[in-house]
Amino acid sequence: MPQHGDSDSRSAVDILIASDRVPANARPDLLTEDDIWALLEEVKDPEVPAVSVVELGIVRAAHWDGKELSVDVTPTYSGCPATELIEELIAEALRAAGFRDPKIKQVLTPAWTTDWITDEGKEKLRAFGIAPPEGSSSKMSLLGEPEVIACPHCGSKDTERVSEFGSTACKALYRCKECLEPFDYFKCI
Amino acid sequence: MTQAEALKEYLLRLADSDMILGQRLCELCGKAPALEEEMALMNVALDLVGQARNWYEYAAELINDGRDADKLAFRRDAHEYRNLLMTEQPNEDYAVTMGRQFFFDVYHYFTLKSLTESSDERIAGIAAKALKEATYHLRRSSEWVKRLGDGTEESHRRMQEAVDILWRFTGELITPDDTDRVMAEAGIGPDPDQLAKDWRGMVNEVLTQATLTPGAEDAWMYMGGKHGEHTEHLGFILAEMQFLQRAYPDATTW
Repeated sequence: MPQHGDSDSRSAVDILIASDRVPANARPDLLTEDDIWALLEEVKDPEVPAVSVVELGIVRAAHWDGKELSVDVTPTYSGCPATELIEELIAEALRAAGFRDPKIKQVLTPAWTTDWITDEGKEKLRAFGIAPPEGSSSKMSLLGEPEVIACPHCGSKDTERVSEFGSTACKALYRCKECLEPFDYFKCI
Repeated sequence: MTQAEALKEYLLRLADSDMILGQRLCELCGKAPALEEEMALMNVALDLVGQARNWYEYAAELINDGRDADKLAFRRDAHEYRNLLMTEQPNEDYAVTMGRQFFFDVYHYFTLKSLTESSDERIAGIAAKALKEATYHLRRSSEWVKRLGDGTEESHRRMQEAVDILWRFTGELITPDDTDRVMAEAGIGPDPDQLAKDWRGMVNEVLTQATLTPGAEDAWMYMGGKHGEHTEHLGFILAEMQFLQRAYPDATTW
């Protein structure tokens, strides 16, 4: 069991509350929009902690006029249960940087597409064991067969789809016939 | 009927159909025939409930009587529900579950596709999001219909039975009423004739590939869901779905 040292006698609840407070010495007025994007880069997707909400294309815009900060976010799926948590994580990160009342706005238009996942984000997904979306969403045919999906573990293209849906709405389940490992595929939408 | 009244009614129909089918699918949680199918069904349900929330939120703003999306979903009774009868039909065997999904998905896909060009921007935005999901649902359910229809002797027999059982509820999907016509004329909702044509075209195509026989176009059709006249199933769905909110109204912590 961990011992409570004298160095930090705060309870977990205190720490949680403290993380929600604006630090006294913060100077958000000195920050630029670039700095804000850098802060947002630090906010990770709760389901896929390897990639940030910026790399996933969930953050659409950030407006900072020195007084008011607003951030536009878009859900990946209509019913994505992580949407509210992501909004809260973004707000928390911004408050920790000194922004007192960041406005997080949900926008539905234009609808999120996997085309917005950055190349870097796709590489990180692959390294995390999730095959990134293949191709462009606009080229998908309604009843057509999906493209060949490469295994994120061994790179083999000899894979088969096990299920149209995986552990979350945004993924499908595949299996590699070469290295026999199952893997998630980030569906192209 | 004014356009404003029709719009509220139309939004509730979209929301209620998504909500009820989502709830129906959730009944299979823990009981689906295979783990992969269970994940798929629950994800489809999640998409539908998410879409329902978007429609309810917009409806609540227009109705503007203090009720929010949750109250519209959990505090209205069966006669106030506007979902299509198809969506409330029981799961039965997997052929019926997938057949119901397929007939609805075709309707849903073409409806949403048209709504992306709605003159109402809020509707167009919600539809653009939902269309991506519905496209995926349709791809999946049509593959199941083909696999079961063109499968073994037994799977074919049961899939054909499912088509026969469900056919009587398909008319409502593509038969317009005054609300639908007002929405179409305002450029908000889909053109009913086009919707019917598209629906029939795709259903016939998939059923043919599945070696299944569709019902007659002039068969007797059950209707009324859009006006709050439901089959006996809806009351039971709502009893389960709304229990908590009815038992503890306005609770702020669950």
